[in-house]
Amino acid sequence: MAELKYDENGRLLFTKEMKDEGYKILAPSMAPIHFAIIKNVFIHEGYNLELVDTAGPEIAQTGLKYVHNDTCYPALLVIGQLIHALQSGKYDVNKTALMITQTGGGCRASNYIFLLRKALKKAGFEQVPVISLSIGMEKNPGFSFTIPLIRRFAAGLVYGDALMLLSNQTKPYEVNKGESMRLVDEWVKRLTDDFAKGESYRPKEIERYLDKIGESFAKIEVNRVPKVKVGVVGEIYVKYARLGNNDLEKFLADQGCEVNLPGIMGFALFKVDNRLEDIKLYGGSRLKFKVCSVLFNYLVRLEAMIIKYTKKYGFTPPGQYAHIKKLVKPVIGHGSKMGEGWLLTAEMLELAESGYENIVCTQPFGCLPNHINGKGAVRRIKELNPRANIVTIDYDPGAPKVNQENRIKLMLAVGKEELEKASH
Amino acid sequence: MKLGLDIGSTTIKCVVLDDGNNLIYSTYQRHYSQITEKIGEILKIVREAVPDADKAAVAMSGSAGMGVAEDCGIDFVQEVYATRVAANTFIPGTDVVIELGGEDAKILFLSGGLEVRMNGTCAGGTGAFIDQMATLLSVPLEEMDELAKGYEKTYTIASRCGVFAKTDIQPLLNQGARKADIAESIFRAVVSQTVAGLAQGREIEGRVVYLGGPLTFMSELRRCFDSTLNTTGICPENSLYYVACGAALCAEKPIDFDEIIEKVKHYTGSGNFAFNPPLFESEDDYKRFIERHNKAFVETKDLKSYKGKVYIGMDSGSTTVKAVVLSEDCDLLYSEYMPSKGNPVSLIKGFLEKVYEINPDVEVASSAVTGYGEDIVKNAFSVDYGIVETVAHFTAAKHFMPDVEFIIDIGGQDIKCFKIHNGAIDNIFLNEACSSGCGSFLQTFANALGYSIEDFAEKGIFAKRPVDLGSRCTVFMNSSVKQAQKDGATIEDISAGLSLSVVKNALYKVIRAASPDELGRRIVVQGGTFLNNAVLRAFEQEMGVEVVRSNIAGLMGAFGAALYSKEKVKDRKNPKSTIAGKTELENFVHEIKVTNCGLCNNNCRLTVNTFSGGRKFIAGNRCERPITKKAPKNNRNIFAYKLELLSGYKPKEGKRGTIGIPMGLNMYELLPFWWRFFTELGFKVVHSPYSNRKLYQKGQQTIPSDTVCFPAKLMHGHVQYLLDKGIENIFYPCLSYNFDEGMGDNHYNCPVVAYYPEVIKNNMKGIRDINFIMPYLGIHRPKDFPKKAYENLKNYFSTLTLGEVKAAAKAAYKEYEEYFEKLRKRGDEIIAAAENEGREIIVLSGRPYHIDPEINHGIDKLISGFDVSVVSEDVVSTRVEKFSTTVLNQWTYHSRLYAAAQYVSTRKDMQLVQLVSFGCGVDAITTDEVREILERNNKIYTQIKIDEITNLGAVKIRIRSLLSAIGRE
Repeated sequence: MAELKYDENGRLLFTKEMKDEGYKILAPSMAPIHFAIIKNVFIHEGYNLELVDTAGPEIAQTGLKYVHNDTCYPALLVIGQLIHALQSGKYDVNKTALMITQTGGGCRASNYIFLLRKALKKAGFEQVPVISLSIGMEKNPGFSFTIPLIRRFAAGLVYGDALMLLSNQTKPYEVNKGESMRLVDEWVKRLTDDFAKGESYRPKEIERYLDKIGESFAKIEVNRVPKVKVGVVGEIYVKYARLGNNDLEKFLADQGCEVNLPGIMGFALFKVDNRLEDIKLYGGSRLKFKVCSVLFNYLVRLEAMIIKYTKKYGFTPPGQYAHIKKLVKPVIGHGSKMGEGWLLTAEMLELAESGYENIVCTQPFGCLPNHINGKGAVRRIKELNPRANIVTIDYDPGAPKVNQENRIKLMLAVGKEELEKASH
Repeated sequence: MKLGLDIGSTTIKCVVLDDGNNLIYSTYQRHYSQITEKIGEILKIVREAVPDADKAAVAMSGSAGMGVAEDCGIDFVQEVYATRVAANTFIPGTDVVIELGGEDAKILFLSGGLEVRMNGTCAGGTGAFIDQMATLLSVPLEEMDELAKGYEKTYTIASRCGVFAKTDIQPLLNQGARKADIAESIFRAVVSQTVAGLAQGREIEGRVVYLGGPLTFMSELRRCFDSTLNTTGICPENSLYYVACGAALCAEKPIDFDEIIEKVKHYTGSGNFAFNPPLFESEDDYKRFIERHNKAFVETKDLKSYKGKVYIGMDSGSTTVKAVVLSEDCDLLYSEYMPSKGNPVSLIKGFLEKVYEINPDVEVASSAVTGYGEDIVKNAFSVDYGIVETVAHFTAAKHFMPDVEFIIDIGGQDIKCFKIHNGAIDNIFLNEACSSGCGSFLQTFANALGYSIEDFAEKGIFAKRPVDLGSRCTVFMNSSVKQAQKDGATIEDISAGLSLSVVKNALYKVIRAASPDELGRRIVVQGGTFLNNAVLRAFEQEMGVEVVRSNIAGLMGAFGAALYSKEKVKDRKNPKSTIAGKTELENFVHEIKVTNCGLCNNNCRLTVNTFSGGRKFIAGNRCERPITKKAPKNNRNIFAYKLELLSGYKPKEGKRGTIGIPMGLNMYELLPFWWRFFTELGFKVVHSPYSNRKLYQKGQQTIPSDTVCFPAKLMHGHVQYLLDKGIENIFYPCLSYNFDEGMGDNHYNCPVVAYYPEVIKNNMKGIRDINFIMPYLGIHRPKDFPKKAYENLKNYFSTLTLGEVKAAAKAAYKEYEEYFEKLRKRGDEIIAAAENEGREIIVLSGRPYHIDPEINHGIDKLISGFDVSVVSEDVVSTRVEKFSTTVLNQWTYHSRLYAAAQYVSTRKDMQLVQLVSFGCGVDAITTDEVREILERNNKIYTQIKIDEITNLGAVKIRIRSLLSAIGRE
């Protein structure tokens, strides 16, 4: 165990010694494809990172025990999962650190890391340091989110988004069951190897790869019978994490739907763009504007590649950030930035526009920004696009799966009816 | 021929339609959760009754039918969809269907854009809710309907949750309100919940059809819907069978009856459910457990033959009334445990009569009463002492364990816990938002499954695999229980699982403890629920400690009251109680009149009880005004001053027209800023009034999210008010950031405060006909603000100049500063006066909008009625330097809370009480932090949850307990 060092406010730091001693860093999983790739960004940098992907009712139970029960569900789950892991006996708790993201917006999520620390204290793991994965929030001597790291991270998002999008569009139609996911696994493995070697994150390499990936998915033999097309939007954790949404993707697939989960790149662009938008709306430093613009433009360049190479092989590309930002203007202002902010509304509009008019809007029970951008905007979206068939689903430890599925089935019944009408 | 099955939450319905879609057969049965067996039975019955029924195409629907249908290979039709198909077939031209079921409430809009709405994670306003209410009134459902016909007045009752409604209704019953009026009020609450919660802004008009049990059986409920919707809805013949008919209409393929009957006969679940270790390893284990608990024992003696002084203690609780007679030696001479049935007065009268009958020479030396009905019982029978429940329970617990550290009491619908520190009650936890995990919860389940509570609980003792049900709302627990049954859990497993969930809820939701060390190891448990051995064991198991439970666990409040009354007179030589004697009971008269106070804008609904001899008791009041006829003293209450100050911002005629400001959320603090800003620019600034019930209802239909906090919901009413006034410009800006007061790491507003204008824009159609001005503005950057504000406003008012805006902004910032100066000056005066006069100071902390009387329900007045001074968090938050917190301190309003807690910690004469709006996500973070700051400094933390409706009885207990803990009562 390394010496415990604290900052001036008494926060336990992740030190260089900890990194050098090979401290295991546990991080919660979210979007499985993305995280499997991105994990290697950190491994390549010498961090002994492991994703925690446990499931089961005891996770939420652990969360409920250590976190205020009115806290949002993702916090309950993520903290429950990490504490559960520490309690499992699988890890040397004197040589383990935790890592979670921190966005720093005005939503409760920025406080997860503090709630995690409180929970650690309650559970008797005060010696376990917590690393904030963020830009410009908490600092640690043993960890830095450097520009090369950010670039690799972004590349991971691109690959994750592309693989998720492509497999979602082939899986329901594939003739040989399991082929799409096998292909995903293959690519993840190849990229993992590359990432561990520190390769394949430069734009040129990405472009080459995306082309090949697109080509490989186009080769999958499919039978495109009409299916109910469902888009999923929501608070980022419950949108992507199986643990958070009771494996919504699988449920929808079992119901015979094609699922579209808008990618994480949109969220990344949104978060960077917020800083620009803040300065535009309220004034602020020009230098900061320039720095953020550089990052923003870099991400836009990557986004363009995903669009190009999915389109090239006949797939429905993700909605372009600039386009959806314009789309949302009459519904929600660009200043609405907390949580998923206007992006969530924009994704619903874009999904409805691009043929995925059946939409599940997921949110943790009592999610504050979603009162505004989710439930609060549904009415207007339907006015603008009467075909939009939206169901909002709350997730929390008390919401039984059957009730959620029943409501989704209602939405699907209407979707099926429309599909039948259209095919007659 | 087509056959449809509808598996609902409590019943199974089956219909057969002929080829012309005529209903030729229908049947329905309660299934008591034995779903598969009942399906088999019903299929057999149908086959007998209808020739060739087994050749019909079959489909299944209903909320409980989903998994079963798949397992049996029957096509499943989602039930709302089925309803729609049936309505379109049987009543063509239907515009709207309103269907209330056991746990579901639905509205279907069929014409003009199909939309279906179902209740979300809350079951308020459904059949289950109405059932619960009927139980509370202790009348059968039919009678409740009958009662409503004779209503005279109505009360406001929260319908969102059965639990909330209970807390509204119980005090009404205790105060003597008429059942007829309550029945009507319950129906109206259901209507309001359905319309507001589900219609969400869409008009319910045209041909309306009512479906489902409650609407079929209750004519008065239909009348309430009719009158609210201004229509006459149709309740068709066979309205109960619409879902089943819809399923039949969708049926495509026949099934093999024999195969299904055979299948369900042998149906056992997968056995795949999460479970906990058994409560007891062995019979011996159980025996030892029983022996251990038999040690805390109160001797019972015979009242009839007893000679000497007796002490009477009464606990008039929310669902039960308990009363005891104790001897000089604290033996139990007589006791009663009665369901309150709404009228504690007649029950206590009966109890006393019984006592005098058994022993006519009984010598009552002293008496005390506690509980919700304390005031009325004390008045009615001239009881010697009235005490707070917490004190009564503490007194009782000490009798069994003098060095008790923690007391937990789980009653019918309350959980009360308190920590004892240095012989005084130190910290109090009450369940406020949700009643899951109380005694009535187990009761409801036992009954639903066809058992008495005793038998049901007993079953859990030796369960092998207690189901892990988590802790959640009663209504939704239902679905989980059903799921567990489907998965093969036995009644035993479920009983034990429910006991565990009671305990988990109390520990993790109410007390928020992770380990026994946080509670202390000397624990006394009590309350009727703990008489249940399974619950007791589950508690010991979960916490890993052995606790004390007495044989009179259900009577502890009354026992404590009796002990208290004994203690009080122990120095007197010949104490004689003032309690009503035999003759007084014979001449006992009790009359009830309901009236409105009307002395202030709270306009409390008063229940005036008159007793024999003209003694009067008024209930339902928030302050002493209706009794003393004098206005409460505002010079000790900063809330009153804030309202007064804000009322001073009156409209001034201006050349540029009128600007309307909706007086909600952050406007409660920013009014001075915007008022000055627009007044300077030549606008007449009009704002909506402080909220009231009527104003709320004006905008209720346009609220899209039923789980958002009440202060936000009120905003709809405020905007509607301005629209109704014909105001052409409404200004309500989006503010991501608030002013930076230098106390935190950032200075955000919470997402709801920041962006609520977006919700108004997207959900209130009325604003499209006017200028709804909602720019994103940065008031936190005074230098940039004028330019940005100018750019936005010139789109609406082309004659504005940047120079004017700059000058107006300057004045606005100054006005805002002056407002706070005035406020803090008055706050300082209140504090100084309290210091001089030796009064306790309560820092009633929350948000700026908590000064709205409709939001705080007059809690500020109630508190200042206890002869304490009340200031708010912003008065003292500037008195400390910036300090570090263990949470990210990033919201301006919340920084003030931490700062206030920090400051209160330095003062002996100050206590902090935090107001928390139900549904406030941010307060999940702040409450823990504020508590930590206070407790670190050995201060007591008190939290009051408030919502649309708030049970002031519980608030009173809190405040009185707090005051008694610091030795002020």
